[in-house]
Amino acid sequence: MKEALYIGDRCEIRNGEIRVNGETVFSAEGELFADFAKKAYRYLEMDYPKFFKMDKLSKLAFLAASRLLSEGSDTALVFANRAASLDTDLVYEASIADKEAYYPSPAVFVYTLPNICLGEISIKYKLYSENTFFVFEKFPSDFFPAYANTLIRTGKAEDVLCGWVEMLHEEYHALVYRAGRVGTWEHTEENLKKMI
Amino acid sequence: MSFIVDYNCFTPLGGDLRATVDRLEQGISGIRRFEAGKCLPVPYYASRFREPCEPEPGFTRLESMLIRALAPVVERHPPGGHALLLVSTTKGNIGAIRGGGTPPEAFMGPMAGKVARYFGFSETPWVLSNACVSGILAVAVAKRMTLAGVYDQVYVVAGDEVTEFVLSGFNAFQALGSGPCKPYDKNRDGVTLGEASAAVLVSAREGIFRVAGDGAINDANHISGPSRTGEGLYRSIRLALDEAGLEGPELDFISAHGTATEYNDEMEAIALDRLGLNEVAVNSLKGYFGHTLGASGLLETVISLESARRGILYPCLGYENSGVSKPLAVIRQKEEREIRHFMKTASGFGGANTAVIFEKLI
Repeated sequence: MKEALYIGDRCEIRNGEIRVNGETVFSAEGELFADFAKKAYRYLEMDYPKFFKMDKLSKLAFLAASRLLSEGSDTALVFANRAASLDTDLVYEASIADKEAYYPSPAVFVYTLPNICLGEISIKYKLYSENTFFVFEKFPSDFFPAYANTLIRTGKAEDVLCGWVEMLHEEYHALVYRAGRVGTWEHTEENLKKMI
Repeated sequence: MSFIVDYNCFTPLGGDLRATVDRLEQGISGIRRFEAGKCLPVPYYASRFREPCEPEPGFTRLESMLIRALAPVVERHPPGGHALLLVSTTKGNIGAIRGGGTPPEAFMGPMAGKVARYFGFSETPWVLSNACVSGILAVAVAKRMTLAGVYDQVYVVAGDEVTEFVLSGFNAFQALGSGPCKPYDKNRDGVTLGEASAAVLVSAREGIFRVAGDGAINDANHISGPSRTGEGLYRSIRLALDEAGLEGPELDFISAHGTATEYNDEMEAIALDRLGLNEVAVNSLKGYFGHTLGASGLLETVISLESARRGILYPCLGYENSGVSKPLAVIRQKEEREIRHFMKTASGFGGANTAVIFEKLI
């Protein structure tokens, strides 16, 4: 019989609100994401100046993950979203669209890959672990248990931080949670559907 | 166990696997010079399709490339049982955002959905977009899912195009080489980009190769610079070897990443040296295809599977004199050799690394 695995702590960010395990820990209404992220960073007392160089997707993923991680664990990161890095792709595209105002920037280009947000999290928390970024049309409640549970059961990871991190045109939503041997709800498609 | 059943590719060297490898065996490269123009304000080298690959009606150019690579595999081995389509790409239909819009084809999910419907897959496809390790990481993902019995078959298809978007970005990074790339060479000075697609069928039942081990560990060091110690790659290879139950020197060859940037190739040399793999034959296939981004890991796996099947080691095109600080057995000449085990590695932006070991069964 397959070992049961569970949904552990979770953090959700949307509509100017950060909720940890269902409880609002921070909110700032009517702000652009950049302003919201800055205030959230201060509230969380992160002291990590690299945060300000990140693109919006990375800031979102980073804020959500920071409530659930500690340094030096071997937690794998399995994240997904709908728009990949399109939010930053559009910023970069605008910088090459006009040949009269052509200013492609390496600092923007590097963020035109969705997995960069996982690299940012790994650097901060010194995670020598697996990072994998997937793209789906909508929150894949079947995918997360199928893949994360397999990683744990086959010994590729002790536990997994699963994350949905969507960012496009100021519409954002992060739902990040731990999957592993600790928790109340089993890590199944049915339970994930109840959570979102 | 997890097996490779079949594989194919669609590249500027040839319309299918055989045509591609036959030309590669003659030392032919797909890399050409392009003049300054609409993609880049300066001349550049790249491996691009000569014919404007005619898209299938209703599909984008990239979707047609994916279909071209996967079609023969699906034809020879139609999906049976619980089958998944896994698509690997870094930039998908990125050309669709020109003008600043986000039409449906700009999203990778619907893009993969079209390809899945074309072949009649009923499950929602998975898309893996994990920078330059995507193609080989997709094989590791397919291996785990079949090994765990979640899927009976995983059809992996990977593709990326050479676009103004990526050319200008690599150019802005000053990462493009002044000529065709020269992996591990003293005179290497950067990447040559390329476009291609490739496909592999991974199955839980039987096949001609076994996927013997894998590892995929982040450097936790820098988002665009490789680790100075090769830590993530070192750990990835260590895990893959341990799972395969092999000592490093038992590998018959390594198809490495070898982008021909100063830092990537040096990082790989350090990681391979730390593992005592200095005498294992190693190549980078970037000299034939350029760096095909999200396709590269899968394309280079496909070519290496064929290399093992034919019993021929292919030289690292563009390499003349060592330009890395540790000794590596870079392949200079085509050589016939019985091949049992080989390893494919890749590293990429975001600090990602992946190593997968294959064992020939027949």
